[in-house]
Amino acid sequence: MKARLLAGALSMLLPVVGLAGEYDLTVDRIKIDTGDFVKEGIGYNGKSPGPELRFKEGEEVTINVTNNLDEMTSIHWHGLILPFEQDGVPGISFPGIQPGETFTYNFPVVQAGTYWFHSHSGFQEPDGAFGAIVIEPEGREPFRYDRDYVVQLTDKHPHAGDRIMRNLKTTPDYYNRQQQTVGEFFSEVSEQGFMNTVKDRLAWGDMRMMKADVEDVQGFTGMINGKGPKQNWTGVFKPGERIRLRFINSSAMTYFDVRIPGLDMTVVQADGNNVQPVNVDEFRIGVAETYDVIVRPQDAQAYTIFAESMGRSGFARATLAPEEGMQAPVPPMRDPARLTMADMAGMPGMDHGGMDHSTMSDMDHSSMAGMDSSSMPGMDHGDMMENEGEVSAPFYAKGSGIAPTAANGGKFLSYADLKAQKPLYEDREPTREIELRLTGNMERYTWSINGVKYEDADPIRLQYGERVRFKFVNETMMTHPMHLHGMWSILDVGAGEWNPIKHTVSVQPGTTLYMETEVDAPGQWAFHCHLSYHAAAGMFRKVIVEGGPETSQPSTDAATDLGGDA
Amino acid sequence: MSRIKSLVAAGLLGSVFIPAVVSAQEMPSDTTDRKKPLAIGGAQFEEFEYRYSDDDEELAVWNADIFYGTDDLKVRWLSKGEYAIEEQAYEGLENQLVGQVPISKFFDAKAGVRFDTPEGPDRTYAVLGIAGLAPQWFEVDTNLYVNKQGDTSAELDAEYELLLTNYWILSANLDATVAFSEDREIGIGKGLVSTETGLRLSYDLIDRSVSPYVGVVHERKYGDTADFAEADGGGTEDWFAVIGAKLSF
Repeated sequence: MKARLLAGALSMLLPVVGLAGEYDLTVDRIKIDTGDFVKEGIGYNGKSPGPELRFKEGEEVTINVTNNLDEMTSIHWHGLILPFEQDGVPGISFPGIQPGETFTYNFPVVQAGTYWFHSHSGFQEPDGAFGAIVIEPEGREPFRYDRDYVVQLTDKHPHAGDRIMRNLKTTPDYYNRQQQTVGEFFSEVSEQGFMNTVKDRLAWGDMRMMKADVEDVQGFTGMINGKGPKQNWTGVFKPGERIRLRFINSSAMTYFDVRIPGLDMTVVQADGNNVQPVNVDEFRIGVAETYDVIVRPQDAQAYTIFAESMGRSGFARATLAPEEGMQAPVPPMRDPARLTMADMAGMPGMDHGGMDHSTMSDMDHSSMAGMDSSSMPGMDHGDMMENEGEVSAPFYAKGSGIAPTAANGGKFLSYADLKAQKPLYEDREPTREIELRLTGNMERYTWSINGVKYEDADPIRLQYGERVRFKFVNETMMTHPMHLHGMWSILDVGAGEWNPIKHTVSVQPGTTLYMETEVDAPGQWAFHCHLSYHAAAGMFRKVIVEGGPETSQPSTDAATDLGGDA
Repeated sequence: MSRIKSLVAAGLLGSVFIPAVVSAQEMPSDTTDRKKPLAIGGAQFEEFEYRYSDDDEELAVWNADIFYGTDDLKVRWLSKGEYAIEEQAYEGLENQLVGQVPISKFFDAKAGVRFDTPEGPDRTYAVLGIAGLAPQWFEVDTNLYVNKQGDTSAELDAEYELLLTNYWILSANLDATVAFSEDREIGIGKGLVSTETGLRLSYDLIDRSVSPYVGVVHERKYGDTADFAEADGGGTEDWFAVIGAKLSF
């Protein structure tokens, strides 16, 4: 009797205590039409991107995911802070969702902002399995806007993900159609002289590296909210309105440089966390990052949202207009980017005039001891060869060939501009540093951390309650968007307690970048490069957080076997 | 007494098994494909062509590589054939089955067997080779062959691709064979045996899967090998016009 009374009282209290929402997602095989080609893909509730999930901070969400595929699937809630069993990584958080099975996710929403979700199985995400998450804050936003749109970018490729992986493993330059040609040689000769051009080619040929190696996977159609450039997704506005655009880069491999000719953009949020507003003309969005910007078009005209890929091999385009059907000019793409020797400066053996490439030394530091911050070969030599590049930007190697500039000569967003609106954690000294060298071999298409691929790697062990400083040393010639699941990445931009809080940090070639993590989430988590084919090739780790409230000690030996394809 | 025993046993069992079960439920170990080496397979025809020689000989020629394996170990079936269309006979037919492992950043070692089964006597060799990418983008493939009689020979294959554009590619290759002992029966003399030099202009028609090409190929025999060929009534030098396609699946 007493128990029943208590239950009744509790059930009456529940609606007052918290919101609860239930959502249904089906994972389906679908057709994706980019306007350039139609391909088989994977979507949610019959489309890609899937439905926009709108949550409210404080809500207890229940999400039923039904797998209509003939293979295992999963959904990872990218950037959401939640119990690790809900994080959706097969083999790390849970066994995955088998064909025909309905899996129910259940977690409290403890944050606000723009995020996204995607499959963490195989190449389902490049094949289309992703969608947007928008979480309305409990309190007031620190900025005003009249309407908001999600602007979700992707790089839709005519080939299926597993085919792309196979082609890259077999022929690493399979998709690179921006390689230097005989024609480019002669135009360089006329600009820089014969000897300089020959010397340059010999230096690169000696390393067996390509200046054109900015984008591994070209030949895609850039899409915004499921529409290719010809299909032109359009967001309608009334002149004078403040529009919040929630940019999400759901690409498999592609960084985009985004601008809206004619409009200033005020960046107000990065990776779901509010930042101190900064006005920019253009910004680069890394794979898996999000940026929220506010624009205020005054005139009753159309504006083009133009997103060129970092290597200029493709673009996405959309329109903001007072009414459907209007459009503004679409600018031409700029010239393809070329790497410089500065971008190579992180490679071991590249630090003495680039002449000693006999072996890749130190390729097997499998231990994550972390306290070893002794100087690694090739570090911090970014300023040694600056003869080639003209641009210098923070977070890029000095003289880098891929440091961005705004098309209109104005302000290009830098990580250095990002300052947290409100620090999430008390600023404190890190308890230890862990060095992670980002390593790889383009000619074999192997990607690894500290020279060790995921298949051969031990987990990274963190202690609950510590604050770890991660030191990323990029020894490759590619940009890697590193994503730690479950815990925030406090990016060190030199702003102390105002350092921005992110879930994905881009580490540029030939550079060293630091982030700190408050280890406040027990369990085990994925930590990887978010370029789909780099992660699959081995640039991936499992992180185990030991200790913490109400958990048994993590054990990797006595564990259930979770098979299937991840 | 027996009751105490069983209690103790239960207690022991519990203390051993329960924590294991709990952690098993909470901390999965990753046995997904992501944690396993990625195995890749494919078939590539570097040459798949028709050759027409300066003395009206017609040949069908292929040079194929069918492979399967991981970063650490690949198995390759390397097949080369020269089929004389008029004579309906294989001038050359060579199949290798090799295992391949990486030995440095850019080079792999190969070991296996080679079976030569052309028109005429057959040969079986053990193969030891090194293949990879040399500085300045030269693809090189060197092999050492030894047969049961102890006849040894070496072969060097080098290729360079010049990008006229990103789709029009001019590739040059040189294949040279040196024998360290004579094998008269199959017309091999000691010393430099033969070279094959080719120049092919290709166009990537469908991705890098189908790339039709035209080109010229020059074959020459040297030293004792040339003398043997002449004694057997054959030529020592041939020029071919070739048309074909590079294929990759």
